[in-house]
Amino acid sequence: MSDLQIWISIFRDGLILGVIYAVIALGYTMVYGVLQLINFAHSEVFATGAIVGYEVLILFKDSGINGYVQVGIALLVAMLISGGLNVLIERLAYRPLRNAPKLVPLITAIGVSFLLQDTLRMFLNVKEQTDKVPYPTVLGSDMILGLQPADLLLIIVGGVMLVGLNFLVNRTKLGTAIRAVAQDGQTARLMGINTNNIIALTFFIGGALGGVAGVLWGVKFGQVDAYMGTAPGLKAFTAAVLGGIGSVPGAVVGGLVLGFLENLIATISIFGVKMTLTDNSFIQGIGSVLQNINIQWKDVGPFMVLIIILIFKPAGLLGKATTEKV
Amino acid sequence: MTHNNRTEKKPGILDNPQLASLIVLIYTAITSTLMLTIATTANNLVQSLFFAAFLGTVVLTFKSKASTWAKILSLAPALMVVMPIIGLRNEFLLEVVLQIVIYAALALGLNIVVGLAGLLDLGYVAFFAVGAYTWGIFGSAQLGKINGQGGSGLDGNWFWLFLALAILVAIGVGVLIGLPVLKLKGDYLAIVTLGLGEVIRVFANNLTPITNGPNGVLGINPPHIGWFSALLAPIINRYELSEPQVFALFLYFLVLVVIAIIVLFNMRLDQSHIGRNWIAIREDEIAAQAMGVPLVRTKLIAFATGASFAGVMGAIFAIKQTAVSPEDFTFFQSIGVLVMVILGGMGSIPGVIVGAMAVIWLQLDFLKSLSEYLQTLPAFQDNNTFDPAKYEKLYFGLLLILMMLFRPQGLLPAVRKHIKIPEEALPGTPVAKPAQGVK
Repeated sequence: MSDLQIWISIFRDGLILGVIYAVIALGYTMVYGVLQLINFAHSEVFATGAIVGYEVLILFKDSGINGYVQVGIALLVAMLISGGLNVLIERLAYRPLRNAPKLVPLITAIGVSFLLQDTLRMFLNVKEQTDKVPYPTVLGSDMILGLQPADLLLIIVGGVMLVGLNFLVNRTKLGTAIRAVAQDGQTARLMGINTNNIIALTFFIGGALGGVAGVLWGVKFGQVDAYMGTAPGLKAFTAAVLGGIGSVPGAVVGGLVLGFLENLIATISIFGVKMTLTDNSFIQGIGSVLQNINIQWKDVGPFMVLIIILIFKPAGLLGKATTEKV
Repeated sequence: MTHNNRTEKKPGILDNPQLASLIVLIYTAITSTLMLTIATTANNLVQSLFFAAFLGTVVLTFKSKASTWAKILSLAPALMVVMPIIGLRNEFLLEVVLQIVIYAALALGLNIVVGLAGLLDLGYVAFFAVGAYTWGIFGSAQLGKINGQGGSGLDGNWFWLFLALAILVAIGVGVLIGLPVLKLKGDYLAIVTLGLGEVIRVFANNLTPITNGPNGVLGINPPHIGWFSALLAPIINRYELSEPQVFALFLYFLVLVVIAIIVLFNMRLDQSHIGRNWIAIREDEIAAQAMGVPLVRTKLIAFATGASFAGVMGAIFAIKQTAVSPEDFTFFQSIGVLVMVILGGMGSIPGVIVGAMAVIWLQLDFLKSLSEYLQTLPAFQDNNTFDPAKYEKLYFGLLLILMMLFRPQGLLPAVRKHIKIPEEALPGTPVAKPAQGVK
C-alpha cells in the first residue's frame, strides 16, 4: 500500500467514525446545554438504539423487503424508543433533582447508566440467550462510490441528522426556545416558554440521535451488546468538549477530529516501520518508538486530547465563536 | 445541611451511655456466638445474613454512645478473636472481610476527595493500581525481566519498604494528576479523572515490557512472616494451622492495623485546619477562597491524601492476590468505591465503612448465596439466565439513583461538631437577663 492509500483510508475511516461520534456527541451537547449535566446514561441510550435496531431487523429477516427500507424502519423505531427512553430518564431521575447540588444529578446519571447496562444485558439474556448479538447484514457488500454500503449509508444519514439538527436549533421557533432555555431557564419561563416541555423535548431529540447512532454503529460494525455504549459514549463526550460543549458545529468538528486521530494512532505503527528504514538516525529513532504503538493505544488518544484541551482551552475549539448554547 | 439544630433532637435509648454499653455488649455477644456456632454448618444464605449481623457489630459500636470501655470490650474480642476463628473455619468469609477492609480504606480515601473536598474523582482506582504495581513489579520476576538479569524479584522483606514507597508513589501520581486538572470545575473534573483512570489502565495494559501487559504481574513475593508465626506458635501448634492459613491470618491483622491507622488519621483530619478547609471548599469554593483558603494547594492535599490510602492498600492487595493485572483496576472498580462512599454518607467516616461493608458483602457474599439458593428452587432450575449475582451493575445503579433521590446524605450522614458559644461570651452583645419578678 502506498502512503497515499494509507492516508486516504485514515481519512475515510476517520470520517465514518467521526460522523458517528458527532451524532452521539450532539446528544451530550444538547442535554448539557439545557441542564449543565453530563448525561452519562446517553451511552446506554445509544446502546438501546442499537439493540432496538437489531430486534427490528430480526423481525424483518425473512420478509424480503429491501435492505435499505429495513434499515430505515429500524432507524425510525430506534429513534422513537431511544428518544422516549431519554425523556423517561429525565422525568424520573433528573427532574426531581433539578435544584440539587451539581454533584447529585451527575451521580444519578452514572447510576442510570449502570442500571440500563445490566437491564439491556438482562433483556438480551432472556430474549436472545446471549450477551452479544451479531447484526443481520441487510445491505449487501457491493461497493458504491468506493465505499461499503454501510459506510455510505452512515455518512449520508449522519450528515442529514447533523444538518437537520443545525437547522432545527438555529432556524426554527422551537430551536429558539431551546436556545432560550439553555441560556437562562428562568427568564425563558418568564417569556412564556414551558421549560419542562422544552427540556423533555431536548432529551427526546438527543436520545433519538443516540438511537440513530446506535443502529448505524450496529450496521457498520456488525455486533452489539449491552456494554457497547461506554467507549463510544466517552469519546463522543470528549468530542463534544473538544468542539466546545453546547455548540452543534463544535460537536461535528470534535467528532471528526477524534475519529481521524483514533485511526491515525491505530495505523501509525506502519509509518513507524517505514521510518526505521530511512538513513537519518533521528527519524529512525522516532520510527522505532512509533512502530511499537499498537491499536490498543488508540483509546488513550482521545483522553489525552481531552485533558490538554480542558487545560488550555476549556471552552473547546469552537466554544468562543458560538457564545450561544444549544 | 450542616446547620441543623441538633440540640432539639430528643435523646433516644442509645443516648444513655450505660444502656447503650449494655446493648452493644449483648449484641456483640449474640452475633459472635451465632457466627461461631453457625459458620461451618448453616446454609449459605442464612450464614450470609448472620454474617451481616456480625459485621453490624462494628458499626453499632462505633456509632453508639456506649462508654469507651464497653466499645473496647465489644470490638477487641470481635475483631481479634471471633473474626480470626470464623476466618480459619471458613476461608471465604475471611476473604470477604479482607476485601471489606481493603475497600473501606479506599472508600475512606475517596471520601476525603469526594466527601470532604467535594471533588468528584471517577478514576480513583488508578492510585490503587499504582500501589499494587509498585510492589508487584519489584517484588516479582518481572523485575528480572526489566533489567534483564532474571531472578524472582526483590526478597519479601523489602515489602515493608515498598509499602512506604507505594504511598509515596501514589501521592506523587496524585499530585501529578491533580496539578493540571484541579482548576477544572465539577463535572469536567469528573470526566477528566475518569479519562486519567482509563489512561493508567491502558498504560498498564500496553506497557508490556514493564507491566507484562494484559497478563499482569504474576508470582508476587509475600513478606516473610516467620516472626508472626513465632508470635502465634502456641496457637498454630495447638490447632495445626497450615501455612496458607497463617498467612491469611497475617494479612487479616495487617489490614486491621492499617485500617486502624487510616481511621485514626481520618478522625484527626476531620477536625483539623485542613479538614475544615476541605469542607469550606466543598460548600462554597468562592467563599472559601475569599476567606483565604488556598484552593489549589488544599485540593492537591486532598488528592494526595486520598491517593496515599489507595497506594498502601494497593501494595497489600498485591501480596494478597500474588498477581495483579489491568483488569483489577477498571472504571467499574472506581464506581464501586464511589457507591460505598455515597451509600454510607459522603464525609462520614463510619458511613463509608458501612458503605464498604454493605457493598462488598452484597457483591461477594449475599448475591452469590442468593443465586446458589435460587438455583436449588425448582422454578429456577431450568432457567439459568436469571442469576442475581450476574447483575451487579443493576443494583449499583439502582442504589446510586435511589440514594440520590431519597437520601442523598447517605445511611449514616456526617455530623459536624457544633461548638455553641454561650451568649454572654459574645463580645458586644448585651446580656439579656430573663425578666424576673414579673408575675
